[in-house]
Amino acid sequence: MMQEALRFDPRAAGPVTRADFPEQARVARHQPKGARRGLPLTIRGLRKSFGDNAVLRAIDLHIPAGQFVAIVGRSGCGKSTLLRLIAGLEKPDAGTISFGEGTRREDIRVMFQEPRLLPWSRVLGNVEVGLGAGRGSPDAKARAAQALVEVGLDSKRDQWPAALSGGQKQRVALARALVSHPRVLAFDEPLGSLDALTRISMQRLLERVWHDQGFTAILVTHDVAEAVALADRVLIIEEGRIAHDLDVHIGRPRERGSSDLAALEGTILRELLRSGEDV
Amino acid sequence: MSVIENLPRVRALRSPRADGLIPWIVPLAIVVVWQISCASGFVSDRVLPAPSEVIRAGWKLAVSGELERNIWVSFWRAGVGFLIGGGIGFAFGLANGLSELSGKLTDTTLQMVRNVPHLALIPLVILWFGIDEAAKLFLVALGVFFPIYLNTLHGIRTIDPQLIEMGRIYGMGDRELFRRVIFPGALPSIFVGLRFALGIMWLTLIVAETIAASSGLGYMAMQAREFMQTDVVVLSILIYALLGKLADSASRALERLTLAWHPAFRKAES
Repeated sequence: MMQEALRFDPRAAGPVTRADFPEQARVARHQPKGARRGLPLTIRGLRKSFGDNAVLRAIDLHIPAGQFVAIVGRSGCGKSTLLRLIAGLEKPDAGTISFGEGTRREDIRVMFQEPRLLPWSRVLGNVEVGLGAGRGSPDAKARAAQALVEVGLDSKRDQWPAALSGGQKQRVALARALVSHPRVLAFDEPLGSLDALTRISMQRLLERVWHDQGFTAILVTHDVAEAVALADRVLIIEEGRIAHDLDVHIGRPRERGSSDLAALEGTILRELLRSGEDV
Repeated sequence: MSVIENLPRVRALRSPRADGLIPWIVPLAIVVVWQISCASGFVSDRVLPAPSEVIRAGWKLAVSGELERNIWVSFWRAGVGFLIGGGIGFAFGLANGLSELSGKLTDTTLQMVRNVPHLALIPLVILWFGIDEAAKLFLVALGVFFPIYLNTLHGIRTIDPQLIEMGRIYGMGDRELFRRVIFPGALPSIFVGLRFALGIMWLTLIVAETIAASSGLGYMAMQAREFMQTDVVVLSILIYALLGKLADSASRALERLTLAWHPAFRKAES
């Protein structure tokens, strides 16, 4: 069995401070408040090859509704391919990916490393794109404006994307993904091209919207610190298989730089490095 | 802010009104030097009539209605030829940019035809159409076709595939994808083609009218040459320059209007 579970229990490591988190979040909880909105995800026997290169070999995975899952691994391990399969951007060679009953296209959204904004649409217009079939509806503008408020970019609604900074563009992309109230949100290295400080504030934003909206979040990243800071569960993919499946038992809000996070990060990094040496 | 920006005299020149006048300083200076050279007898009337003479000739032609008629005829030929050739070029550009089959089928042929200078077809065109309107329209349309075709095709082929994937993810159908992503993305390139085409449009028309026509600006100039009316010849040339400038300004204005999102055209917004 490839899925040996690494145990890590930080509850022995003392309490976590919750200084900068909203009052309602102080109650320790495993499921965010809007958990009913998220969709569960079940993957069975998933395989994908590009030519002779088997990128994913037999992935079996269940993600409960509303969970925040981070997928880490070395470059080329197949983590982005897994995300693209989940998002329906690639067809699997074998296996199934199933969400709950009655899932609509608008329920599953992806956010990429590049913001992929339309340069010829203003910020509000770009967010409206995210409404999918609802683009033509009379309340489209109001809904788009509301999504911009959620990411804190209301003041930029009439700007052209070219006038925004990299972090602001990613926030517009996030608003575009959120505007249809998705039930699964897949992130493909969404913060990979941002500077360190912008990354941290974007991570907080991601955590907050996930907490508020309760979608199932799947984050592909090569930044282990980001994975342990955000996720309930970290999957390590090696050579097209899920090599480790770790639950992160650290309460939220999580303080960056705390010893719990650092210890878990160290465990995962050691594992990634070890697997690299085997090759 | 540089030191120069702070100098009061330079700043005075920087007012919007003054900015608009700067491009006209050189043409105006040329006209003044020209007038002085002619008035002082330095340049013979036969070689180059004074600007005042040209204006007088223009006035005479305008009063007789001949000028207006000829300008209108040329303008009509240019416009209709441009619409036909540009329309077909745009349609082929779209088809070949969007459909691989269409591209495979016609692109090679079009590239071969493109390498024939369209003005080399004048003898053939005269044999086909005589010196009728159709001959001029055909030549203008043919000349305008290629820049529009090539740039429309290029514009569509160079659209960021990530944006197209994004559009698909967000559930855009073919029509919406075209309207929201492909056409706006190709537009800057289409405008490049448009401005090339406008230049070729005038060039083709002038040549065609000079060789075979019984009306229009080119005909007017050739007729004047027969009667040694240098002033009318110079007048025709100046009108060409003005019409060319007019077409270019119009396409620039259209560009500014539709490409406001492009960093190169963003000025007024802060």
